[in-house]
Amino acid sequence: MSSPDDGEQDRGIASDSNERLKERLRKLEQKLEPRDNERGILSEEERLRRSSALGKAFRLSTELVAGVFVGGFLGWLLDRLLGTLPLFLVIFLLLGIAAGFMNVIRAAREMSGK
Amino acid sequence: MIGWLFISAAHAAGVEEGGAHHAFNPMHQFIIHRYVPLKIFGYDASFTNSSLWMVMATTAVTAFLIFSMQRASPIPHRMQSLSEVTYEFVANMVRQNAGSAGMRYFPVIFTIFMFVLSLNLLGMIPLPGLGQFTVTSHIIITFALALFVFLGVTLIGFFKHGFRFLKLFVPSGVPIWLLPLITVIEIISYFTRPVSLSVRLFANMMAGHTMLAVFASFVIGLGILGGWVPFLFMVLLMGLEILIAFLQAYVFAVLSCIYLNDALHAAEH
Repeated sequence: MSSPDDGEQDRGIASDSNERLKERLRKLEQKLEPRDNERGILSEEERLRRSSALGKAFRLSTELVAGVFVGGFLGWLLDRLLGTLPLFLVIFLLLGIAAGFMNVIRAAREMSGK
Repeated sequence: MIGWLFISAAHAAGVEEGGAHHAFNPMHQFIIHRYVPLKIFGYDASFTNSSLWMVMATTAVTAFLIFSMQRASPIPHRMQSLSEVTYEFVANMVRQNAGSAGMRYFPVIFTIFMFVLSLNLLGMIPLPGLGQFTVTSHIIITFALALFVFLGVTLIGFFKHGFRFLKLFVPSGVPIWLLPLITVIEIISYFTRPVSLSVRLFANMMAGHTMLAVFASFVIGLGILGGWVPFLFMVLLMGLEILIAFLQAYVFAVLSCIYLNDALHAAEH
């Protein structure tokens, strides 16, 4: 009669110590976390991102050039289809320059934001 | 296109092997050689040195990942931890830049990163009998890769959001008279993505390897007395080139993640 009750109590104790173990593990993880960030994968990536001033410069310059190039190409394509050679080339070249500048500003904002 | 121009210029200068004059040309390293000529429906599908290096790259990556994970143990041995670090590096990159929704596309990003990285690094190693060749220094390769990313991301955006994906081109909070202009600029800006992505990788690789070749010619030209100065410089340049090989593979993969993020979360702007 008393044995199932005992079992209940045992299980209660077991789940209780389980909870405590989980709690301790969580605390340990919290303690380890900052150390992991100090020299883990994440900092490696961060370091690469910071050290790559060269990469940033290249990203911004290609962004600008690509805008002009794509704008000019789209304009030239439209002109070829419609037979109005200088018109759309000029318009889209200007729009392409604007798009290039927008991309550069966006990329720069994203870089400084992080 | 520019690379092709340089290649044809190198051909015009007559620097093929066995040519009468052995004039030095730093662009010689970019020439495509056909090993096995092949034509399919009039298209040139020859097996070239470019194809050979791509086969080597995929083989190297596959072999590295398979062999390093054989007899994997909870306490990783050296090779195992190397491939685990690579995996976690890319996984963190995807999670940070494209969110946990982007993890569905982790295999694609990982493949692109490893492919570009191994091509860049293999280009740094001269092989006996074959010479040296960098596949990513040809814009047609990088443009095809970038176009794959661009089309894939666009399709994902359309499948996920339908026509609401087009909201990406219509920013909110713009006065109505300015909206048509801004939309056209946004569309052009969207189409610059594959161009800037491919030009960046190609230009970096080609410029770096051309610079190495030019400095190598200085070593030969100045001879045993003066050649040490450019030789020392070349050692430093080699280090820089290896850094750039990593950096450009990383930048290519990160930007793919950022574009993926735009496609996944287009309707939330």
